[in-house]
Amino acid sequence: MDTNKNFLVGIFGDEDVLLQAVPAIRDKGIKIHEVYTPFPVHGLDEVLGYKRTRLPIAAFLFGMTGTSLALIMQLWMMGYDWPMIIGGKNFVSLPPFVPVTFELTVLLAALGMVATFMIVSDMKPYKWPRQYDLRSTDDKHVMAIDLGDNKLSKAEIESILKSSGAQEVNEKNFE
Amino acid sequence: MAAHAHDSHIADERYIFKPQTKRTLLIVLVVGLALFALGVILAMNSGHGHDDHATSRAATALTASADQHGAADTHAADEHAHHGTAPWLKRIYTSLWHNNIFFVGIGIIGLFFIAIQYAAQAGWSAPIKRIPLALGHWMPIGGLIMIALFFVAGHDLFHWTHGYLYDKNHAEYDAIIDGKAPYFFWPMAAGSFPVFYVVRMVAFFGLWYMFFTWIKREMLAEDLSGGTNHWYKMRKYSAIFLVIFGFSSSIGAWDWVMSIDTHWYSTMFGWYVFASWWVTGLATITLIVVNLKDAGYLKMVNSNHLHDLGKFVFAFSIFWTYIWFGQFLLIYYAHIPEETIYFVQRMKNAPYSWVFYANLLLNFVLPFLLLMTRDAKRQMSMLKVVCPIVIVGHWFDFYNMVTPGVMQQNGGVGFLEIGLALTFLAAFLWVVLTALSKVQLVAKNHPFMAESLNHHI
Repeated sequence: MDTNKNFLVGIFGDEDVLLQAVPAIRDKGIKIHEVYTPFPVHGLDEVLGYKRTRLPIAAFLFGMTGTSLALIMQLWMMGYDWPMIIGGKNFVSLPPFVPVTFELTVLLAALGMVATFMIVSDMKPYKWPRQYDLRSTDDKHVMAIDLGDNKLSKAEIESILKSSGAQEVNEKNFE
Repeated sequence: MAAHAHDSHIADERYIFKPQTKRTLLIVLVVGLALFALGVILAMNSGHGHDDHATSRAATALTASADQHGAADTHAADEHAHHGTAPWLKRIYTSLWHNNIFFVGIGIIGLFFIAIQYAAQAGWSAPIKRIPLALGHWMPIGGLIMIALFFVAGHDLFHWTHGYLYDKNHAEYDAIIDGKAPYFFWPMAAGSFPVFYVVRMVAFFGLWYMFFTWIKREMLAEDLSGGTNHWYKMRKYSAIFLVIFGFSSSIGAWDWVMSIDTHWYSTMFGWYVFASWWVTGLATITLIVVNLKDAGYLKMVNSNHLHDLGKFVFAFSIFWTYIWFGQFLLIYYAHIPEETIYFVQRMKNAPYSWVFYANLLLNFVLPFLLLMTRDAKRQMSMLKVVCPIVIVGHWFDFYNMVTPGVMQQNGGVGFLEIGLALTFLAAFLWVVLTALSKVQLVAKNHPFMAESLNHHI
């Protein structure tokens, strides 16, 4: 995944400046690799041009899987494998199946969503994310620009970053 | 989003209650009254023989399923025969009571919604609070109708109002209802005038109206003078109101709806009625906001605010279903005759069974599926479809709560019920839109307005 090695890192101190800077930088034809912020910045996704996640679709499908599994399981248990008389009801009756069906729907939707999210985001055990600047967990917004991805020279990008409001611009090389 | 709007100044904007809107409402009112009259004529001419037959059949069915309760209902049926009120008149009373409970609930929810916003210190709702405020104006009218209706039709609607039920020497003495007598008649003797009941009704509407007046006064004063003082006062009123409302809405639900089925009780019922009122109120607020936006008002309300309203309608449709199922499953599983009778009457009997299932379709299945995606909640077109479904669905929900207990086998959904619903709707909207046109459509000095203008989810 992370094949590129040379990055230019812009440090921003204020989210309003950042929200103005992102479209300005993208207008100049620079591809932004990613922006790391210490807290959610509303509107950042839109200005970065990110598409909305399709995670809800995965959640719905996992949920439906849970619904089906729960109903099949209970129908098989109560209708075929080991019918039991409970409260004088029919072996197969829908109302008592509802709580179990609900729980399994929620469980599979939740677990499936977490699993999907981790796979899609390439998060796995012993995989350490790249740290462009540790201050992104404290008080700075960190913008990473992949030099291998951009046609402009390092100096040009640096000057554009500075003029857009970056407090400092550092180079970061990964081995 | 890049340019934050820090300027929270709101231009003067007023809703204009146009003559065209008034004419439409008048047409709805006239059509409603005409349908109602037609329904009354049809109900008057329907034979009485069928009615007796059906009642005795019902009584037999009930006796078979629930000994003690069946006996009680048999005498209810007998009493209905010698009581003398014609079924059509009873049907009018029932429909009036049902419609009034439904619409007065939307009015109360208007105040409840505002109180929630202040108590939770919510910012997003700042531009739309005048709509629930307008809904609240129906509350005193609905309260007066309810009190008047109780005195006119109480004996027909509420079995427990009959004095002989409490007379040990009378053939129809009912030990179960007699046990509940103090709840209705205290401090008077059982079977006399229901002092406690009427005092509760008057006190609840009085208290609710008092808090409505106080909060409205502060909201309008804020327009003129600004500052945060009014907001703090409203938060205080709201917190006190919410505590009172928590108790009074539950007790009101027992008094005005559950006591129709006097023998029956459900510990979920207070929440059930509240959940139904609440989601109806939310759907009404959303629908009015969407229509106002369509008419060119409320420019600052964007899809983020609609998303919040849509989430409210979606979430509380599910909440209502949860309460519905919580009530149903326990009664179904415990299988105690005096509890299951409520569902037997509604699920298995001819005039009501389709209402029972339509209730679940309209109030759970459709809103759940239609409002599930993010886009559905953010787009006015889908909200315009779902909100009317929810409102109509909960009208049927209240029908299902009120009518079978009073009308037994003689109920129905016909011109009479639909006509009265349209009449109430027109009157309700007339009052609400008049109230809306009298004040600023958007609060002028709301301390959270800037937050709401920058609302983003």
